[in-house]
Amino acid sequence: MSIVVRVNGKEHRLDVDPEMPLLWVLRDVLGLTGTKYGCGEALCGACTVHLDGRVVRSCVTPISRAAGKEVTTIEGLSPDGSHPLQKAWVELGVPQCGFCQAGQIMTAAALLKKHPNPTDEQIDSSMAGNLCRCGTYGRIREAIKKAAGGAR
Amino acid sequence: MSERFVVPRRAFLRGLNLAIGGLALGIVFPAEAQKPPSEPAKPPAPATPSGSQAADEPGLRPNVFVHVAPDGTVTIVCHRSEMGQGIRSSLPVLIADELGAQMSRVKIVQADGDKAYGDQNTDGSNSIRGIHENMRKMGAAARMMLVAAAAKRWKVRPEDCVAKDHAVTHVPTGRSLGFGELALEAAKEKVPDPKDVVLRPWSELPNVGKDLPLLDGPAYVTGQAVFGADVKLPGMLTAVIARPPVVGGKVVRFDAKRALAVPGVRHVVEMPTPEPPWRFQPWGGIAVVADHTWAAMRGRAALDVTWDHGPNATYDSDRYREQLSKSVSVPGQVARKLGDVEAALKSAARIVEAEYHVPHLPHLPMEPPVAVAHVQGDRCEIWAPTQNPQAAQTEVGRALGIEPEKVRVHVTFLGGGFGRKSKPDFCAEAALLSKKLGVPVRVQFTRADDVRHDYVNTVSVNRLTAGLDANGRVTAWRHRTAFPSIASTFAESERPGYDDLQQGVLDLALAVPNVSAEIGDARSHTRIGWLRSVYNIFQAFSIGSFIDEIAQAKNADPLDVWLELIGPPRQLSLADLGIERLKNYGQPLDKHPVDAGRLRNVIERVARAARWDRRKQEGRALGLAAHRSFLSYTAVVASAVKRPDGKIWIDEMWMAFDAGTIVNADRVRSQLEGSAIFGMSLALFGGITMKGGAIEQDNFRGGGRIVRIREAPRRIHVDVVESTALPGGVGEPGVPPVAPAIANAVFALTGKRVRELPLVKSVEV
Repeated sequence: MSIVVRVNGKEHRLDVDPEMPLLWVLRDVLGLTGTKYGCGEALCGACTVHLDGRVVRSCVTPISRAAGKEVTTIEGLSPDGSHPLQKAWVELGVPQCGFCQAGQIMTAAALLKKHPNPTDEQIDSSMAGNLCRCGTYGRIREAIKKAAGGAR
Repeated sequence: MSERFVVPRRAFLRGLNLAIGGLALGIVFPAEAQKPPSEPAKPPAPATPSGSQAADEPGLRPNVFVHVAPDGTVTIVCHRSEMGQGIRSSLPVLIADELGAQMSRVKIVQADGDKAYGDQNTDGSNSIRGIHENMRKMGAAARMMLVAAAAKRWKVRPEDCVAKDHAVTHVPTGRSLGFGELALEAAKEKVPDPKDVVLRPWSELPNVGKDLPLLDGPAYVTGQAVFGADVKLPGMLTAVIARPPVVGGKVVRFDAKRALAVPGVRHVVEMPTPEPPWRFQPWGGIAVVADHTWAAMRGRAALDVTWDHGPNATYDSDRYREQLSKSVSVPGQVARKLGDVEAALKSAARIVEAEYHVPHLPHLPMEPPVAVAHVQGDRCEIWAPTQNPQAAQTEVGRALGIEPEKVRVHVTFLGGGFGRKSKPDFCAEAALLSKKLGVPVRVQFTRADDVRHDYVNTVSVNRLTAGLDANGRVTAWRHRTAFPSIASTFAESERPGYDDLQQGVLDLALAVPNVSAEIGDARSHTRIGWLRSVYNIFQAFSIGSFIDEIAQAKNADPLDVWLELIGPPRQLSLADLGIERLKNYGQPLDKHPVDAGRLRNVIERVARAARWDRRKQEGRALGLAAHRSFLSYTAVVASAVKRPDGKIWIDEMWMAFDAGTIVNADRVRSQLEGSAIFGMSLALFGGITMKGGAIEQDNFRGGGRIVRIREAPRRIHVDVVESTALPGGVGEPGVPPVAPAIANAVFALTGKRVRELPLVKSVEV
């Protein structure tokens, strides 16, 4: 039985194992490779996407759970990289290797929707599930504040 | 920021897209090849040429690094791998500045693996410090040819012409011709001999030392940057491999049928079993090859492999630590000797002695190792996040039994490297499978594979002993060190080599009359590799902690003791150091001396920035450490506080860093910020343990835990020393002094001295 999922506004009918994690559907079936595999156990957040606007770790989200829902990936966050977070990320030179940054931005985007002017505590607790081995945390905090229009 | 770099945002993005395209030249096929795998498989289009291979385009190409097209576009090849250090935003700038190009008209192309570029190993913090002069010569040669062509056209002396802002100008008359207009004529000029190439003074390189934009930023934040796992070829299958959990283990039996019963699994393939020395060989085991990653993972889980764990099955890292401890409890091979340390210790009024332990450490790049291979006939193409594409050519060639030149390696973005991706084992695995199955194959490491099949940083025990006279002056310093060396991965090895001690032991500036450094026995029972800053990690931890202990014993300020032990500003000769030779990270001592003045300077600067002298009245607990590595000097102050829940938090850090001349100031600062977090992860949490020869950790938890944003300091202050000294390394030297600074801060806060990492074993962090 096929599963219907909307990804970045586009409907897909998928004939896949309902247990297959959303991550592998995105990457291997739909070719949306901006969402990354980092740990497979929801420990690192590299695979973060939005499911009906809420943050999920796609590596532990069976595709069946996304049935009938709207998935947003980094490719769908903005048509041209113009989301305030994406702009702030570039302007402040946040990325080092860049691998975790799509996940970081997706988590931060959900945070800003909920708290348009997040406190330091809200930033740290919302972003706590997203690891960065390069250690860009300081600039991530700054970029979220910049995107939120807050003082640097 | 330099004026020249301020381009309208749209143009900036366009330029970056070009640059992304540039990188993609090596790694992405045309649109039709990007269709989902359900499309009929086509043979891959020949990879678009990069750098040296595009030799037939018209224009000026004095060498494999630079091309000036008749439309003025300057193409610069980046032959080192981008793994977060920002090399693509740094190294090409040296070439462009020497040339006199405008960065907005420069396209960066990522090189394939090719000897034509010289060494491509992106390792040892070496890309700027090791080859800055050569890279500048590449740009300067092109500039000289453009100037020669312009001078010929105007019938003037070349000395009266300057190349600047993408044009050559005749200074006396003000006539000017763009690089594009001169490209074809310049191509007819003789390529200058490298020894005749004249470099501009550093001060005339307009972008060098500035905050330069992050070339690949837009690609990273939109998900468009192509990392290893993002490469997809028509007809490609994905493999996940069950590797022997113990180094040297072999497969006894497995259940291929159960794996093949998983929908999507196509093949189960037994991999060749490696023989020691391990080098970069594939690890052996059983590969499950499937239509997609999920099926391959599930198929592997169904394999039910029985292993013969082999001769290393008795390796237990806790027991091994006791062995190392014994090694340093007796005299070892003397590697450094000044005066008579034993006599001085005997006559000392007081002895301070301590033993330090740092466990095996994991790399944990965010992107687990991955490679795509396509073998066709006697040729092979590889797409991989490799730090060393030429080593990949060699290892893949060896595995397939073909010449390295027949292996084409396309370098993708690396989702972190830290030394793990210098080892091309995963490339060879993909090549073996592609050859066997006749289709392109991607080998994907899971996170557990990454942790369990790492080339771990080595384990160590150090014993340091100091003799103090009646006035508290240190008169004797003995450093005994035991750790299995990296060489053990390549050949039999009983103990570290003399040159292994260059990392912080032989090159430590000491104003102490009696010094010895001794090497203890240490055999390896696993695959040892190198992790960001390598042996410096445990040498700096031991030395940095020990100096703090001497201060404690003397009841003196650690800052004063650091400066007293290093001694007055001076450059130390081999005789001053008491050593026969110093590898000095591959650079001669006269160009990169052991400079006590520079080490003192970063210590004094960091102490000022952290308000060290007022720490007590302000009630702050600070720890200090400093270290020379990769020809650069770093000092760190860490501040420790207790959180309401009783846990210790490193809430603030200060770093002073002297790498001599730097290229991209913003990327240098970001490397230091990252080094603080990297050093903090290994100080607080990191530690690989082995039982029964197998690594016990499997993901970002336990000894694989790394710092999260909540645990990151509130602020990391980075102070980069302005210097005209020759460039030192940047990517690694920030790491070593972080752990001892943190341990010393923990001591300042709690009075508890912790002599082993990770700290989480001893205190609540």
